[in-house]
Amino acid sequence: MALDQIELNLLREIADLHQIPEGAYNIRLNGESAGRNSTENITIEPKTDKPGINIYIKPGTKNEACHIPVMLSQSGITEVVYNDFFIGEDADVTIVAGCGIHNCGTDLTEHDGVHTFHVGKNAHVRYVEKHYGEGDGLAENVLNPTTVVEIEEGGRMEMETTQIKGVDSTIRETTARLADGASIEIKEKIMTHGRQVATTNFTVDLDGEGSSANVVSRSVARDESRQKFVSCIRGNNVCTGHSECDAIIMDNASVSASPDLDANNVEASLIHEAAIGKIAGDQIIKLRTLGLTEEEAEEQIIAGFLK
Amino acid sequence: MLELKNISYSVEDENGRVDILKDVSLSLDERLTAITGPNGSGKSTLAKIIAGIITPTSGSILFDGEDITKLGIDERARLGISYAFQQPIKFKGITVRDIISLASGKKLPFSAVCDYLSQVGLCARDYVDREINDSLSGGELKRIEIATIMARGTKLSIFDEPEAGIDLWSFQNLIQVFDKLREKTDGMIIVISHQERILNIADKVLLLADGRIGSYGDREEILPGVMSGVVDVCEKVTEQGER
Repeated sequence: MALDQIELNLLREIADLHQIPEGAYNIRLNGESAGRNSTENITIEPKTDKPGINIYIKPGTKNEACHIPVMLSQSGITEVVYNDFFIGEDADVTIVAGCGIHNCGTDLTEHDGVHTFHVGKNAHVRYVEKHYGEGDGLAENVLNPTTVVEIEEGGRMEMETTQIKGVDSTIRETTARLADGASIEIKEKIMTHGRQVATTNFTVDLDGEGSSANVVSRSVARDESRQKFVSCIRGNNVCTGHSECDAIIMDNASVSASPDLDANNVEASLIHEAAIGKIAGDQIIKLRTLGLTEEEAEEQIIAGFLK
Repeated sequence: MLELKNISYSVEDENGRVDILKDVSLSLDERLTAITGPNGSGKSTLAKIIAGIITPTSGSILFDGEDITKLGIDERARLGISYAFQQPIKFKGITVRDIISLASGKKLPFSAVCDYLSQVGLCARDYVDREINDSLSGGELKRIEIATIMARGTKLSIFDEPEAGIDLWSFQNLIQVFDKLREKTDGMIIVISHQERILNIADKVLLLADGRIGSYGDREEILPGVMSGVVDVCEKVTEQGER
């Protein structure tokens, strides 16, 4: 499989890859599979009833990674893709997903990825997802990722999701259900500009005894963009939950943060923190005393905030 | 050479106009000048006016002969003026390595960042990748602030009460930092301080009192009067307190 320069650039932006990865991977390009590789421990199979793939990770698989980038370089493609991950007991793996759109045309390009994770007992999965758009067309780039997570006893998932540039509209839905001793950590980073709109909904059900969730969102809203962050944690057992929304607002942008904590057990301990505000003036002054202009200081502060 | 010409600064509050600095004129070209005086005498305001953080109500400032009165903070920084905050600023996500690299104007290797941190008594390995946020103590933040000034190495370095909150780190080390800066930058240092041990290493001492120059001159000449003045003030406070 050969990728052109535009596709290689998308691959670098969403997966930090400079070429076709080694190990297990599935590359989806313009609505079709453009390459797939399974390994001894990670099997990737296409679904037969709808678009998408099943990824099976053998119990006990350690320190392996699986890349499943999606690239759209033709304007006008809209698709819904279903990817299911079955992470075997005691496995410890990294999954790198992401979607990049290069839209130079006039038609809306949209990718809605529905990812379902079945995390087995005592398994650990790190899930990295990056969304990126580019192109000088006037058409919209839309990405609506849905992530559904079920974690069995003692399992753990770390989810890092990033959208920095070029996505005009996104609705990000994440739901998780945790069994005894399971834990989830979600870190989201979003920057919106222009007239972009981003909505994030997290819903975590802490069903298991000793389960825990930590949901952290850091976002920057510039220009006329709008962001909405809703984080719902339900403590249904002895559990701990923490959610945090930290946003920098600039220009004429708007950010709304809604905490929603449901404690349904007297031993549930749930915390929500939200802070929205402009860049602190004294931070800009400090960086200007080091010789940075006001604009350079803002860029540094944002880059650090979203790092 | 730094020249202040007729610098005045006033603010309005609910009681009307308050004059913070009143017609301050002075030329500084010594290697290390200490500015001292009671709280509220205008020391920090004067330092911020030199750095460009506060715009004076009237008067002008010349730096190496150039009128910098209308220049912004970053323009003055690029001309070679550094300012260490009395209360260091915290960030989210910006690390110690980032801020020291920004201060030096280039991406620094680990070893160079370590060097600066060691000079302020911090074990570099534990700090290089730490964020400059609430997880650091006041004393740690203060030492990192001093390290950024060392990394800049400019013609003029201003320290606003560097000793405040320095915790377990000794004064002797702080004094060594000033010695090193003197050696390395061949520039001028202005230190705002109440501490006799810091005043003791100054070439010149400026005493500000109620927004005016109380006295200014060689340390040997000024310091004895300043120290007795400080004692007098303390005694008065104690007497009033006892009443």
